[in-house]
Amino acid sequence: MTIALPAQQMAERRSFKIDFTWPVLIGFIALLCVLIILPMGWLVYYSLVDQDGAFTFANFRQLVDDPVFLEPMMTTVIIAVCSSIACCVVAAPMGWLVARTDMPMTKLIRALVTASFVTPPFLGAVAWEILAAPNSGLLNKLYRVVTGAPMDEYLLDIYTLPGLIFVISCYTFPYVFVLIANALDRIPSDLEDASAILGGGAWTTARRVTIPLALPALLAGALIAFLQAMILFGSPAILALPAGFHTMTTKIWSLFQYPPKPELAAAASLPLLIITVILLRGQAMILGRKGYTVVGGKGAEPRLIKLGWWLVPAMTFVTIVLMLPVFLPYFALFNAAFSPIATTLVTPWNATMHNVWFTFFELSSTKTALKNTFMLGAMSATLGTLLALVISYLTARQAVRGHRILAFLATAPIAIPGIVLGVGLFLSYTRPPLVLYGTIWILLIAYITIELPAAYQQLQSAFKSVHPELEEASRMLGATRLRALRDITAPLLKTSVLATWCFIFVSTIRELSAAVMLFTSETKVVSVLIFDLKESGDLGAISVLGLSMLILTFAVVIGVSRIPGFGGGTRLRNT
Amino acid sequence: MKTTLTRRDMLKAGTALAASTVFATPTRAQAPAASTVTPALIEAAKKEGKAVWYTSVDLPLAERVARTFEAKYPGVAVRVERTGAERVFSRIAQEYASKIHAVDIVNSSDAAHLIVWKRQGILEPYLPEDVAKHYPAEHKDPDGQFASFRIFLCPIAYNTKLVTAAEAPKSYADLLDPKWAGKIVKAHPGYSGTILTATYQMSRDIGWEYFERLARQRIMQVQSASDPPKKLALGERAVMADGVEYVVFQHKEKGDPVELVYPTEGTPLIIGPNAIFKAAPNPNAARLLQSFMFSPECQQLCVDHGGLRSAHALVKEKAGRRPMKDIKLMKDDAAAVERESDNIKKRYTQIFKV
Repeated sequence: MTIALPAQQMAERRSFKIDFTWPVLIGFIALLCVLIILPMGWLVYYSLVDQDGAFTFANFRQLVDDPVFLEPMMTTVIIAVCSSIACCVVAAPMGWLVARTDMPMTKLIRALVTASFVTPPFLGAVAWEILAAPNSGLLNKLYRVVTGAPMDEYLLDIYTLPGLIFVISCYTFPYVFVLIANALDRIPSDLEDASAILGGGAWTTARRVTIPLALPALLAGALIAFLQAMILFGSPAILALPAGFHTMTTKIWSLFQYPPKPELAAAASLPLLIITVILLRGQAMILGRKGYTVVGGKGAEPRLIKLGWWLVPAMTFVTIVLMLPVFLPYFALFNAAFSPIATTLVTPWNATMHNVWFTFFELSSTKTALKNTFMLGAMSATLGTLLALVISYLTARQAVRGHRILAFLATAPIAIPGIVLGVGLFLSYTRPPLVLYGTIWILLIAYITIELPAAYQQLQSAFKSVHPELEEASRMLGATRLRALRDITAPLLKTSVLATWCFIFVSTIRELSAAVMLFTSETKVVSVLIFDLKESGDLGAISVLGLSMLILTFAVVIGVSRIPGFGGGTRLRNT
Repeated sequence: MKTTLTRRDMLKAGTALAASTVFATPTRAQAPAASTVTPALIEAAKKEGKAVWYTSVDLPLAERVARTFEAKYPGVAVRVERTGAERVFSRIAQEYASKIHAVDIVNSSDAAHLIVWKRQGILEPYLPEDVAKHYPAEHKDPDGQFASFRIFLCPIAYNTKLVTAAEAPKSYADLLDPKWAGKIVKAHPGYSGTILTATYQMSRDIGWEYFERLARQRIMQVQSASDPPKKLALGERAVMADGVEYVVFQHKEKGDPVELVYPTEGTPLIIGPNAIFKAAPNPNAARLLQSFMFSPECQQLCVDHGGLRSAHALVKEKAGRRPMKDIKLMKDDAAAVERESDNIKKRYTQIFKV
């Protein structure tokens, strides 16, 4: 197509490339290196020195020898494996019901799963304390009332390893559900038709066609669930410590209590990083090999299986599953917000506004924390989306040589658990030349780094879906690359950009593990404030704050998706 | 509060003096003259407009003190940063290491912290008039760098709906009875200065073996010393092995089913001093707040509403609470806590696994 261009324009474009492209590429690579390699570099350095700065392997030796570290490691592996299995067992049938059967209200079900994704896991853990603490838990009280069991008997104990696994699974299963439901959405019915034509019954078709096609997504889901459960900080900190055990994340965090031991924390962070890298490579291999199976399925609507009388058990199953992460916890929080004592049922006679009053008019951190949180959320979402947009343009259009390095760097942070990044950033930015600790910039860097991979992947696939020929047509008519981008590509990408913005916004607001390492009193965010309140047992204030935060989050997301010109239909997508 | 000096008081004052001689910075300043609240100070504080108080006082009480101050001195806002005393300590260490000077005034339930800060030379001498006139010597630093804002105990307590007075434990030894397995809640010395101080006094007086045996009782481990009373009030656990007395008082006087037990072995005594930092960003507001917090008005509020005890001579104990002189106390020793602190945390973690 360039042949058609006059020579003068050719020359112009060449100089344009030399002047503009390389500085941009180098600039972005440098930026990503600072974001990712700097904290990880300090992490590795610290893990290999003693307190005086001399080289040593002692930190790692202590990690392997000391039962204080071995036990949390074993616990973490058990939690990750069990949560991963639990998530798949629940999410797979539910994804299938929503995507492939004639079950009603699937939109609502998907929206409720999104709601459980928006709920911060630490808030869910607090809510489950209110529900299932062995003696004061609402569900246990109900059990005693119904069965007449004595005061010290209980049905559920949330302060146990199974209790923790359960709560983690509640807030990890959305990841698996979305992956499976999306995969099943995409499986074309022609393949299933072919099986039916060849005489396969419904069951045979499911066993020989549908399930094998959905298996890669299930495996990917299992891996994501494993990783999420492994790197989660909030839920274990709230439920494991009262029960008297540590996971790796809470152990790393406890190493920063006075006297801080950053060398050991750095060494303890590296196994998490390494396991994450290995598992993600595994996922890429599995998905890479199986990915071809559904290509070309465009257009054909998936055939919906008629549930008939099976509808009743199916709906019951879905309702119970949604009760656990959404209905029951929200009920518990709502109850605690207006009750004089968190675990007493609210009635019109005992309802109180005291907690609301306390949270908004007496608690002096509320305003600062809300302001910081929503400012950081908006800034991270805007800057993160812009960064991801430019990088995914450069890589999707292969606009510059070396775009592969960019793609790698933009996806690399996915392998860095939040608490590990927190430790790395703490070590990097509490020293000259860049003392960012104590400012909100260090939190901004943390949030953008954590959310970049997901944002990049969403926008990259969006760019791929807009065929370059449209841009080329505009370029042939004389538009510059930037003009083509502005007039042609950008309008087509609006919805994806918006979805990415909302995704980063929501993820930032519910982030705790990096923030808990990096905050100072001036830069406190709501998640950290809730965690503080949790440690002194102020459940009423937590509930008010948590519910307000959720309402504000939903308001922002809905408001943003209604901005004129951006069009509706934005849906939060999980990675 | 006390009219005659007992031998014990003399002893304490003696230790305090000895300690401060040992730990004093080489350039030891003269104790400052007592400062009154002047209109000039109020004006200067209003110009600054705010003060930041890092504290480990239970949040609602801390915020109430702050709001009472704001009502008295409109135009000066107080921001309360509440977390466990041990966290406050490491937070200030971290912030100061990064040259962040956000804190104006601090209150810690681990009196040993004040020894460290004084040694580091980062505290500003300031002697409110009330402290000079009405506080006994053992509750103020001879160099005027800090004074006891609050005094309280770290007793046992139980939920009266789950445990009758007859069954209730009377001593620490009683808590080791197998019948309490799975029914005890307890706070953490890595978070709470109260518990760190109490753990020191208890390990000194009744031995670490007590903790080793208590660890086999499947205790519920919470962080803050103000959380165990709340867990009792919820009915989540029947007995608290440690926690702050003042939050138990608050719940009890509100009508919640909780009751205190002062163990026969003696009850740990906790002293929570207040101090101003030299690098305080709002030095005048800090002084005004410091003077206010030692005033009879604020001290009486902390006693009546908060359940604390006060060293202020004009402040009266609230009727219905057992007076401190009738309780067998363990002896406080901040200097020893300062020496033993890291060791106590380490040993505790080994015993209780978290």
